[in-house]
Amino acid sequence: MSLKAFHVFFVAVCMVFAMGMGFWGIRDFRESGMNQSLYLGVGAFAACVVLGVYGVWFLKKLRHFSYV
Amino acid sequence: MSAAAIIPHDMEPHPVTGMYNGKFGIWLFLASEIMLFGALFSTYVLLRMGAEDGMWPKHGAEILNVPLATFNTVVLITSSVTMVLSWAALKMGDVAKGQRFLGITFLLAGTFLVVKYFEYKEKFHHFEVFLNEPMAVEGYQEPLKGIRGHFTADSPKLEADAKTGAYAIPEYVIIEPDAPHGTHEHPKPVRIESAQVKRISNFGPRHSNFLATYFTLTGLHGLHIVGGMVVILYFLLTGSTFAKKNHEKYVNRIECTGLYWHFVDLVWIFLFPVLYLL
Repeated sequence: MSLKAFHVFFVAVCMVFAMGMGFWGIRDFRESGMNQSLYLGVGAFAACVVLGVYGVWFLKKLRHFSYV
Repeated sequence: MSAAAIIPHDMEPHPVTGMYNGKFGIWLFLASEIMLFGALFSTYVLLRMGAEDGMWPKHGAEILNVPLATFNTVVLITSSVTMVLSWAALKMGDVAKGQRFLGITFLLAGTFLVVKYFEYKEKFHHFEVFLNEPMAVEGYQEPLKGIRGHFTADSPKLEADAKTGAYAIPEYVIIEPDAPHGTHEHPKPVRIESAQVKRISNFGPRHSNFLATYFTLTGLHGLHIVGGMVVILYFLLTGSTFAKKNHEKYVNRIECTGLYWHFVDLVWIFLFPVLYLL
């Protein structure tokens, strides 16, 4: 597996993590009422979208690089 | 045989593995790393599942600093991006750009460690006074078995045992309790007499199984970051000459470094939710 393939896997894992953190933030905001948790949750969802966009850009930029 | 032996499949793929030997080697190393961190994660799960009621925080956010760790997560993810961009630039023949991205990766790794230092430091100045009997504290709905907070300036100075590191219990202590979860207002300082105190501990590894696991996992991860920084620094210093001598070999070295760096960042991506959020 090349660095390109590992990076794609890494970005995918980060997206799952960001989504999970988004849900955690919203849930913690509901339980504790802390605005900080709400900001973290919304920020994490936004990060998930940014990572997705970056992932597509990365794949286009390195389309000639091998996955092996 | 000549003094400088030629290592086969140093750059071209090996017919059996389908990759050059360096990459195969780094994947074998990463497999052993997965076993190391896997064992530690399993230990964490076993300790947590076996913990008695009240002996493990509901989630790490009760004790740990989530915004700071979130910032560090962003820093590490960005460093992986700059690392792969460095490799891509080098592969496309732009050594100056590759070295620039490598330099940014090094700085981001340093930033992570500096933030971690402040996070650790805060833990060693944050205390918990474990009580013989639960005590009612303003702002908290239920009486507390242990009061967490910072000692006020007029509280007697604590002395640690040179051998065990445990704190001797003074005649009394005055502690400003932490704000209850979900609020920012600290209750008024509380004076606690020695007869009421079972044990005093800062939030270092000896505080609890949770913090012992936290320091072990994050400490080992931090050491891996340091290791990665040493390698990156080496290539920052020697990269330009190396690339001039043998460009393809240098690109391969950076790819191997990048694989290691991604693994270290991936470990943090698992550590963060496990320790801080769940």
